Amino acid sequence: MKLGPGRAIGGFTLVAPLHRGGMASLWHVSHPRHADFPLLMKLPHLGYGEDVSKLVGFEVERMLMPGLCGPHVPRFVDSGDDGDQPWLVMEHVQGGTLRALLDEAPLPVDRVAALGAWTATALEDLHRQHVVHLDIKPSNLLLPDDRQAGAGRVVLIDFGLSHHAQLPDLLAEQFHIPMGTAPYISPEQVLGVRHDPRSDLFALGVTLYHLATGQRPFGNPTSQRGLRRRLYQDPVPPRALVPDLPRWFQEIVLRCLEVDPDARHPSAAQLAFDLTHPEQVPLTERAERARRDGRIDVARRWLRSLGREAAPVEQRPAAARIAPLVMVALDTRQEDRELDAALNDLVQRIVQTAPGARLACVTVMRTARVGMDSNLDSAGRNRHVKRLVAMRHWARALRLPDHRITFHVLESSDVAEALVAFSRDNGIDHVLMGARGITGVRRLLGSVSARVVAEADCTVTVVRRSRQAAPA
Amino acid sequence: MRIALLADLHANREATEACLAELARQGCDHYVFLGDLVGYGADPGWVVDAVRARVAAGSVAVLGNHDQAVLAAPSQQMVPEARAAIAWTRQRLDAGQLAFLGGLPMQVEEDDRLYVHANAWAPERWGYVSSRASATRSLEATTRRLSFCGHEHRPALYYAQPGPSGHFQPVAGRAMPLPGARRWLAIPGACGQPRDGDPAACCAVYDAQAGSLTFLRVPYDHERAAARIVEAGLPQAFAARLLTGA
Repeated sequence: MKLGPGRAIGGFTLVAPLHRGGMASLWHVSHPRHADFPLLMKLPHLGYGEDVSKLVGFEVERMLMPGLCGPHVPRFVDSGDDGDQPWLVMEHVQGGTLRALLDEAPLPVDRVAALGAWTATALEDLHRQHVVHLDIKPSNLLLPDDRQAGAGRVVLIDFGLSHHAQLPDLLAEQFHIPMGTAPYISPEQVLGVRHDPRSDLFALGVTLYHLATGQRPFGNPTSQRGLRRRLYQDPVPPRALVPDLPRWFQEIVLRCLEVDPDARHPSAAQLAFDLTHPEQVPLTERAERARRDGRIDVARRWLRSLGREAAPVEQRPAAARIAPLVMVALDTRQEDRELDAALNDLVQRIVQTAPGARLACVTVMRTARVGMDSNLDSAGRNRHVKRLVAMRHWARALRLPDHRITFHVLESSDVAEALVAFSRDNGIDHVLMGARGITGVRRLLGSVSARVVAEADCTVTVVRRSRQAAPA
Repeated sequence: MRIALLADLHANREATEACLAELARQGCDHYVFLGDLVGYGADPGWVVDAVRARVAAGSVAVLGNHDQAVLAAPSQQMVPEARAAIAWTRQRLDAGQLAFLGGLPMQVEEDDRLYVHANAWAPERWGYVSSRASATRSLEATTRRLSFCGHEHRPALYYAQPGPSGHFQPVAGRAMPLPGARRWLAIPGACGQPRDGDPAACCAVYDAQAGSLTFLRVPYDHERAAARIVEAGLPQAFAARLLTGA
């Protein structure tokens, strides 16, 4: 079919070609009823010699995209068939992909961590919509031009290899070869597993490694055998290539690149949390690694990898259920042992039932609306430190290992607003907080918990001390 | 056009009413009944009348093996309990209702869709589409892009691909776009006698404009439907089946 400006397809008018790739042509199109944002039409190449899996991938996009929503995917507009030629129209998100940044690598670690956190946040959004992307790489991560000041965002594109847990997986049924992009593909994808969201964390780890070191952790293998090395060969630790990289960064990236998905972050939200709170990343042996494992270790893993096949497909429960981010808001100034104990008890029950759960303990220091606030109290001790000590004391009874708990002291003149903002910015799944008694001031100002319940976009549990006999 | 798909109503008034109400709420403007209006359940007359009224208003219904059985001598292939229920059913239908069943077609083709009770390769022999192989056989026997069948009481979605067809266990409530040239075979599951361990009634909606299919599960008062079967003196097993959905 001859494509050219002015040609009408499915009610859309071709305006100008944007890109002619190996698999499809992209056109800027217009439509009288869709004028509020720029439109892009994707037209796969048909004919002999075209890769059949790419055509099925286009079908996958047509099935998946109408159900996706949110700021981290292009908006779907319409799709159809013009004779034999299928087409799909979506929002044309203006911006550049991370592909261009590879030429500037190694990039400063703060920049890489920010890009990683935005991507992980986008992945969390996608995973919550039951989709695993399965082809995360710099050229599929788009930085929109329309960024609001301060708020970075990554838009995920190209869902041609994606898996939707609630839709037929056309690719898995028809092709029994690993599908992905060689430098980024996860070990389990090499074995044919297509339903694990943590495969996207592996690919993001490869991307971050590349951006921070300028090198690919696993090269660019071109054979099945080369891909299978991913099951046993560990990468050169990033700090061996760029000694200035901080330990926390190596810890995060090497955890993403673990062969066993269970050893990676349990959810994209938890990875985003680590990337935005580097000072709280618990360092393990990964952070200290200076070189690849010795030949004997690798040989041992190679032996174990022989003949290894994918475990039977078993749908994991959603990460938000088994690995939620839980936040507890503590008021460390008030002495209410009963309430503290009730809060502690409930938090304990929640983190016990969700083995991948992580707990963020948060307290807010009220600052005056105007004027300078001294960070030192009358005794000259640092108020921050006092709050941290109090929170750690409260948390001791939970007996949570370091990698499952973090502590945050916020400063704000508006406690409720600070708590809501923290929960939103960190992708918190569940906020727990105590309800204070009704005092004169409380009645006047309205309760903090009521505002958090009303304004937070996640589950909020308000805990009360157990009922006591009313005072006579 | 939003097309309501109901299969295997099996004289279950409570399930049929609940599904029709849900499908109306979903904005369906065309109804397709994929056979087996009667058999097993306590309300054959009511269900036949409900379908007949809709067919008079433009809906589509096809013949099922249970519908055929009440018209003729019950087949020896049927299990004895089912045969007893057929005889009981026949006594409860008047001449007009029997004539309506007798006039039902084996299959109906409409735009790019085929509606048939059992399968496309030999609809009158009632072979089940219960595997990739049988789905492949059925998909190859029709030129229509979409096949909608009943008979097999568990919901399923099959699709053509090189080799044996693909299979998918549908997730209720999720709209599935069925785009392009690919050919699909969908079994909404039984409205009046679910058999996949969930007693909620099955039905589906196909949105012809959007080209998307949504399987639905509709909870209904299955305890009442089961009690009515017992009251009617029909085999206990039919009632038990509604309670467990197995």
